[in-house]
Amino acid sequence: MNKKVKFSFIGLVCLAVLLTAAWYLHRTNLPVLEPKGQVGHQELDLIIFGSVLSLVVIVPVFMLLFTFAWRYREGNPRAKERYRPELDHSIATETIWWLIPSALILVLSIVTWNSSHQLDPYRPLASSAKQMNIQVIALDWRWLFIYPEQHVASMNFVQFPQNTPVDFTITSDAPMNSFWIPQLGGQIYAMPGMTTQLHLIASHLGEFNGYSANISGKGFADMTFVAKSSTPGGFNNWVRTVRQSHQKLSEETYNKLLQPSEDHSVIYYSNVQNGLFDAEVMKYMVPGLMTGTDNQLRITQRTSASSHQSHSSTYKSMPGMST
Amino acid sequence: MSQEAEAIAIEHLRHDTERRAASEKTLFGFWVYLMTDCVLFASLFATYAVLHHNTFGGPSGKQIFDMPYVLTETLLLLTSSFTCGLGVLSARRRDKRLVLVLFGITLLLGASFLGMELSEFRNLALAGNSWRRSGFLSSYFTLVGTHGLHIAIGLLWMAVMMVRVKRGHLSDNMVKRLTLLSLFWHFLDVIWIFIFTIVYLMGALGV
Amino acid sequence: MIGAFANILGRLTLNAFPHDPITIGGAVFMVGSFLAVMGMVTYFKRWKWLWKDWFTSLDPKKIGVMYMVVALVMLVRGGIDALMMRAQQATSVGASHGILSSNHFQQVFSAHGTIMIFFVAMGLMFGLINLVLPLQLGARDVAFPFLNSMAFWLFVAGMILVNLSLFIGEFSAAGWLAYPPLSELHYSPGVGVDYWIWSLQIAGIGSLLSGINFLVTIFKMRAPGMTLMKMPMFAWSVLGAMTLVIFAFPILTATLALLFLDRILGTHFFTAGGGGNAMMYVNLIWAWGHPEVYILILPAFGVFSEVVATFSRKMLFGYKSMVWAIWAIVFLSFTVWLHHFFTMGAGADVNAFFGIMTMIIAIPTGVKIFNWLFTMYRGNIHFATPMLWFLGFIVLFTIGGVAGVLMAVPPADFQFHNSLFLVAHFHTMIVSGVLFGDFAGIMYWFPKVFGFRLNERLGKYAFFCWLVGFILAFVPLYILGLMGATRRLDHYSASLGWQPLFIVAGVGALIIALGVALQILQFIVSFVLRDNTRDNTGDPWNGRTLEWSTPSPAPFYNFAHIPEVSTKDAFWAMKQRPKNEKDKELPYHDIVLPQNTGVGVYIAAGAFLFGFCMIWHIFWLAALSLLGIIILAVIRTSRDSHEQVVSASMVERIEAERLRGGEAV
Repeated sequence: MNKKVKFSFIGLVCLAVLLTAAWYLHRTNLPVLEPKGQVGHQELDLIIFGSVLSLVVIVPVFMLLFTFAWRYREGNPRAKERYRPELDHSIATETIWWLIPSALILVLSIVTWNSSHQLDPYRPLASSAKQMNIQVIALDWRWLFIYPEQHVASMNFVQFPQNTPVDFTITSDAPMNSFWIPQLGGQIYAMPGMTTQLHLIASHLGEFNGYSANISGKGFADMTFVAKSSTPGGFNNWVRTVRQSHQKLSEETYNKLLQPSEDHSVIYYSNVQNGLFDAEVMKYMVPGLMTGTDNQLRITQRTSASSHQSHSSTYKSMPGMST
Repeated sequence: MSQEAEAIAIEHLRHDTERRAASEKTLFGFWVYLMTDCVLFASLFATYAVLHHNTFGGPSGKQIFDMPYVLTETLLLLTSSFTCGLGVLSARRRDKRLVLVLFGITLLLGASFLGMELSEFRNLALAGNSWRRSGFLSSYFTLVGTHGLHIAIGLLWMAVMMVRVKRGHLSDNMVKRLTLLSLFWHFLDVIWIFIFTIVYLMGALGV
Repeated sequence: MIGAFANILGRLTLNAFPHDPITIGGAVFMVGSFLAVMGMVTYFKRWKWLWKDWFTSLDPKKIGVMYMVVALVMLVRGGIDALMMRAQQATSVGASHGILSSNHFQQVFSAHGTIMIFFVAMGLMFGLINLVLPLQLGARDVAFPFLNSMAFWLFVAGMILVNLSLFIGEFSAAGWLAYPPLSELHYSPGVGVDYWIWSLQIAGIGSLLSGINFLVTIFKMRAPGMTLMKMPMFAWSVLGAMTLVIFAFPILTATLALLFLDRILGTHFFTAGGGGNAMMYVNLIWAWGHPEVYILILPAFGVFSEVVATFSRKMLFGYKSMVWAIWAIVFLSFTVWLHHFFTMGAGADVNAFFGIMTMIIAIPTGVKIFNWLFTMYRGNIHFATPMLWFLGFIVLFTIGGVAGVLMAVPPADFQFHNSLFLVAHFHTMIVSGVLFGDFAGIMYWFPKVFGFRLNERLGKYAFFCWLVGFILAFVPLYILGLMGATRRLDHYSASLGWQPLFIVAGVGALIIALGVALQILQFIVSFVLRDNTRDNTGDPWNGRTLEWSTPSPAPFYNFAHIPEVSTKDAFWAMKQRPKNEKDKELPYHDIVLPQNTGVGVYIAAGAFLFGFCMIWHIFWLAALSLLGIIILAVIRTSRDSHEQVVSASMVERIEAERLRGGEAV
């Protein structure tokens, strides 16, 4: 009797926890499960497909586990007659569990191969609307978005028209970061001296949270931004507002941005210098493009009293620095 | 034969088998160690393969490698491997004097190899082409330098062994250790062949 | 004069000592507990005993116990780190910034990961192997006893370095794998990353030596008649794991060395600019890191294989399948490393290839699970605590494994990568797979080492705390990952609605902490009440393998007579055989065992000093300690024999005494 009470109590507690959890999940926002764009949708479909396929393994494993544990327990009076200590292999059954998982994995492999190509972040999205390019630079600890066609830029905020495929070209002028807008689709790394590409599209209007998913130092946790999908008209209005900004983005003003900052306010830049993005990528690849002053600034910012070695010294000592 | 003597003989045999087993363990263990060292070098070779085009405005291999010089180094090391092998053979014949002479030659050849390598490094650094210059030079110095470090350890080991041979006699244990040393030395030779081919030859050809 | 002095100590100055209250608190606590232990040892006049019987011992069982002690202490240290992280994330929302500064928080999670993997999981694994492997093989020792001692002390040296960073300087804030360029001098100019590098480097070389040692032990020291296909499954798992150690750890050694060269000599391996390539680091570190996961998990699989067979009182099901599965895992584990960074933009072909390889690993793993289940089939299952850990493992591991297969699909991984979903996944795998296995192993083999069983009731309570605590702590993290919460956040905005889940996760962590407390209590209570649970038979669980054929606690020479083996589950077979054959009186022989030596301790001390000096740029002392190590090595190898002989009459006396003692009780 006592045992029965105990088990029903545990059962009730579990039920209560599950109900609370269900109620909580029902009223909270789960961006990965509630995508607002084609890429996110397809990725969610994959996740659901994989989960369902996995049930083919999970369900039998759990059933076998609990059935066996119950039927063959020592206390079971019938366990003695069922006991067969010499039963240590069976080619037929072992073949089954080499083959069934293999078959599942084969199916999943085909899906993997196809989806990896179809959802390759480098692959442009099919759409009737003209693709838009946005250049993204991860800074310490802010996101800079450059619109090369519109010649404007925006800090910690990115806007684009609904149903327009966006080609994000991404780099970092800081340690490695990862560019992620969960409601629109998966992430990709932002790395200094390299560019990566991510194609996304928003099918809904709205503001979506964007994150850096890879640790990049002290201020990384709050290195968030807002991605806004608006009507085409709304986007044009926004560009017009940005163009009225007094701030301009030249090599010089850009270099000031390289100082670590945890200021997350939105800043607009009208008039972005041509080729700025490429120059910031190339400076890591070719000697001489690294401007001494900005590097020096960063060194004084970061270097504690205990260390005075820095990599900038090697850049400076190189011949051909003056070009 | 009395029973006691028989028991002693059996016990003796047992000890002998155990000792042989121990020596076999050491040899096998040393091979496994060489395998791990191989993986270490493989990682460095991989690093070199990735970085060897990253000259960052600095010189490429073609511009800095002096092939006749490197060929001399290679011949020194190959010869030393040969004398080292002869040294082990004479150790197996318990010829103490010959062992000392042959390992002495090996030691000298190895030391000259190391000297040449260090001088090459020095010249490069003086010309402004140190490991700080570029990713290519970093990986070059590290790969070749790690081999050099192994050579230095081998030379130290050889020197210690020679002192011991000179002082003591060529016991089974001594011969076993000389065998391990020669294995190590041949291993370094093989690694150097790879360095010579991948770093120097292919570098000079600009591959 | 002062300048010269400062130079002598490299970059070590008074600034290196902590100044913020939490760090000071931690440091005081650590130093205090350390001094308290020292004081107790001094008070009870146990120093000589410690040194002669333990520190200098080459007996693998004693080395195993020392590994366990260090690993369990580190489990508490890493656990405190975990609780601090949970506290920070439960409170640091919106206007509040929690209890830790962001830099301090980053040090805490970096230390948590490093300690849990290198000094808890590795320690428990090598501890168990030391305790059990020679006994299971019917051997008296490992292949290279001195190397074993040295490897253990190198592990300790690395452990001390990690903990030293609490009160001298700082620890790395770049995560447990310290990706460059963040971990480069440019972005991390302090000593933190150097502490990380050297503690791993020293402990890692110890692991490499252990790998060689156990591999040779398995190949060369098996009892007569024990062919490879008659080995216990634990020995097979260890063989697989040690093969991985041999191929993976040199990569770690090289990678750490290159990162350190970048930091100290200004090379350009992984720097941003200068011709460096940070992506190469990520590849190299995972080429070690993924096999490392299997290095930890294979021996735990081995434990489960032993446990489930023993407590189901059946032979392990599908022995050959199990062996093949192990080797499939060993091979495949080197072909999947890229799945740790699908988001690096390697291109669809590469991503798809590595994704598929990753899924293929699920096949042998699944086979193992089915074989374990069918070992229970038609068994007679005794639910002792080790068996509970096994059940918990199957439940959690299957769920975690499915999450893993999901993440093996690259486009799906784009949504999971670096989120708390990923964190929850790998904790599920490593806690249920590795920790549960090691805990089961401790419960299972404890009587063999100490001669008495651990308290079952407390063991079961501890298990349920772990299970419930784990579910509460990590299910919220799966959900948080789907909500867009990334890992390593020291602060987040209140509007995201994440806080309730973080609080639940914190409660879960506290319940796990309660489980750990119960485990500690279990050791104490079992020790006090040891007369009730003494094992006089040497075979408390009705075991199947050779370790149960020798008395408990196992004598220092393991076996008075080296057993002869003709089948797998050798001891089970011996027990089935008619009595008179077994009772045949065999004469005793001299037993040759290695002498105790302190050289391993000295060499590790030298390595510790070397590491410390490299961290702080005290190069003259580093050179001296290196010289010291070389001299010690030369001295150690200059003697031909380090053996002691236990005479046949002595063995006879000890065995007779045991027999009498057994009858008396």
